[in-house]
Amino acid sequence: MITVLVLMTLGIGLGFFVGKFPKVIKGVDKMTTWSIYLLLFLLGIGVGLNEKIINNLHTIGLQALILTVGAILGSLIFAYITYKLFFKSK
Amino acid sequence: MKNSLIILGFFALGLVLGLTRFLPNVIMESDFSLYALYLLMFLVGIGIGADRSSWRVIKETNIKIILVPLCVIIGSLVGVGAISIFTPEIQLKEALAVGAGFGYYSLSSIFITQISGETLGVIALLSNILREIITLLAVPIFVKYFGKLAGIASGGATAMDTTLPIISKYTGKEWAIIAIFSGIVLTILVPFLVPFILEVF
Repeated sequence: MITVLVLMTLGIGLGFFVGKFPKVIKGVDKMTTWSIYLLLFLLGIGVGLNEKIINNLHTIGLQALILTVGAILGSLIFAYITYKLFFKSK
Repeated sequence: MKNSLIILGFFALGLVLGLTRFLPNVIMESDFSLYALYLLMFLVGIGIGADRSSWRVIKETNIKIILVPLCVIIGSLVGVGAISIFTPEIQLKEALAVGAGFGYYSLSSIFITQISGETLGVIALLSNILREIITLLAVPIFVKYFGKLAGIASGGATAMDTTLPIISKYTGKEWAIIAIFSGIVLTILVPFLVPFILEVF
């Protein structure tokens, strides 16, 4: 995963320089979108080929839902505290 | 929204092809996704570096707003960590990594798949899609009971794009800039935080 972070940092550096060229940015955006499509497509294939996941889809779905409820509730509670302490008077 | 549907469409298409084994052997036997991920992260980096407006938003606003993404990070991780006692099959660090997607399901599920395998990757995908969907549906209720930051917090990384309209509608336009800021910070952090949680802990 270090490789990924190095590549991303290189990208940020390069981005500072190509930021002036709207055409390049547009192309980069388009390629970004398509590589996300490609990766999710590949993940779909991987999941479809993976019998362990397919046979346990209901438990996996339930676990995902439980984790989501935790993440949302936690951030709501902290957001409430932050709002009361720092933003309310605004 | 349209983009999310296309992404899900590609995932579904891959799923059907995988299920039916309607694929050439090369694809089933080798894994291109790591190289595709390298390409994607390089491109995401260029996008971040090139985006002048996101840097400007950060410079122009009050330092206090840094508290907003910070409370979303702490809240999400504490919440997901606490609730993971109900999912005994999932280790604490895995639960934290899923929570650290902050709704950015495409990138977080890709990362988690690479590091921890497809099962947790799918959980991350579903969980973070659910975060976006629940936010879209429940922002009015959240704002009523948890204050003006609730929609921004629940939306996480999506507060800068897909859930921004609904947040802005129920919280007020003056909060939109804070929503965008928080969403940008969380979006940038996802590719750092998710691998960090999985590989360092």
